[in-house]
Amino acid sequence: MLIVTALSVVVTRSLFAIVTLSGVFSLLSALLFVRMHAVDVAFTEAAVGAGISTVLMLGTLALTSRSERSDKKPQIAPLFLVVLTGALLIYGTLDMPDFGAPDTPAQTHVGPDYIERIPKEIDVPNAVTAILASYRGYDTLGETAVVFTAGIGVLLLMSGLARRRKEDEEDEGGSS
Amino acid sequence: MRHHLILRVITKLLVGTIFLFALYVQFHGDYSPGGGFQAGVIMAVGFIIYGLVFTLKKAKMVFPPWLVHKIVALGVLIYAGTGVYSLLTGYTFLDYSAIDPHAPVHGQHLGILIVEVGVGVTVTGVMVAIYYAFAARAPNLRDQDW
Amino acid sequence: MAEFLTSDFVLGRLNYWFFIFLMMIGLYIVIAKSNLMKKIVGLNIFQTSVFMLYISIGKVSGGTAPIFPMDMKVDPTVTYSNPLPHVLILTAIVVGVATTSLGLALMVRIRENFYTIEEHEIAEQEQEIMLSELGLKKEEDV
Repeated sequence: MLIVTALSVVVTRSLFAIVTLSGVFSLLSALLFVRMHAVDVAFTEAAVGAGISTVLMLGTLALTSRSERSDKKPQIAPLFLVVLTGALLIYGTLDMPDFGAPDTPAQTHVGPDYIERIPKEIDVPNAVTAILASYRGYDTLGETAVVFTAGIGVLLLMSGLARRRKEDEEDEGGSS
Repeated sequence: MRHHLILRVITKLLVGTIFLFALYVQFHGDYSPGGGFQAGVIMAVGFIIYGLVFTLKKAKMVFPPWLVHKIVALGVLIYAGTGVYSLLTGYTFLDYSAIDPHAPVHGQHLGILIVEVGVGVTVTGVMVAIYYAFAARAPNLRDQDW
Repeated sequence: MAEFLTSDFVLGRLNYWFFIFLMMIGLYIVIAKSNLMKKIVGLNIFQTSVFMLYISIGKVSGGTAPIFPMDMKVDPTVTYSNPLPHVLILTAIVVGVATTSLGLALMVRIRENFYTIEEHEIAEQEQEIMLSELGLKKEEDV
């Protein structure tokens, strides 16, 4: 179903439909996250992907255009490039461990260590929260700073101009 | 959106529930899925849905833009301030044991809670600020367009 | 070569191939489509498929979500999924939406200056502007 949704994004022209499809895509991927025991991630994805980003994209659509203009150019080069990259990545997975195997490198270093230490050191039932805020506190501080910076950037791009234009209009009104 | 009675009544019911749920997710994040990031997003969704249904002007009366901008910075300050506090009391940066030196585990609890509040506040602020920035530019849609 | 064709091998890697396929759809949208809105949606698809890849690496078969019982009496026989990828992806999602909104804001500004969000049209307009500036310079030189 995820693949069907993603493929329909490629062929659809109406941008409104595309934005809705991307919301659907987010919800479906949230389901997949639950299936893979990542409840926190699924929660975030459902709230962010299906909620906030759909609203923001619709807001952008209201400010821009609603449909994509067709371009007739042949698209063989990108397709070739994509297939090549995909083939290389699949070649890479041949050396990857099996899905869900408990003895992979990812499962044998810090992961079990955290699970062992959290009850003793942090005593917080939700391991994700404990790692997020305590063991990886630096990371989270950085992420918060990134969100902060992105917010500042959007404010600079969007509201600064609105004010300037208002001033421009006032200036024009005054001069004419 | 003056005519959409059902939408407005349902929204009024929902907004309170959404805020309550956001607070639950924020402070119960230690025990169940959730935490600052999710709570911030849900809180922001509450304001956004209010703004969508009851016009941006009313939303800005509830949560004025200057306050939003202050809040964005406040969250990062809370987070970094926790780190600086632990530095000043002789621990390493962001070591929450500093908050309660006699019971480090308790300190960890508190530290996680404070830091999550910081994250939640920033995320709420940023999302609402972004929504305000976008919505302030949108041309007013007439009711017929819906 | 025979070991590559057993069903265990294929099933064990099917998830990676699935995510790679999604990733490539996203990549194709980003490079082949000229509409900026579509590019951003494609970027989101790409991003989400990377998230799925991470989460699937963290999954342990027979495991459960990494949330301990309330009384913190951890049963050593229960296996938990690896919580570390969850943490990384959790923050990445929120950062992702923040950066997406930054992209959308840029798009709005582009639309205000060029009255279009199609990439090739923007390129044409820029070329025209450049040519006219060049022309102006030449006239000044003469």
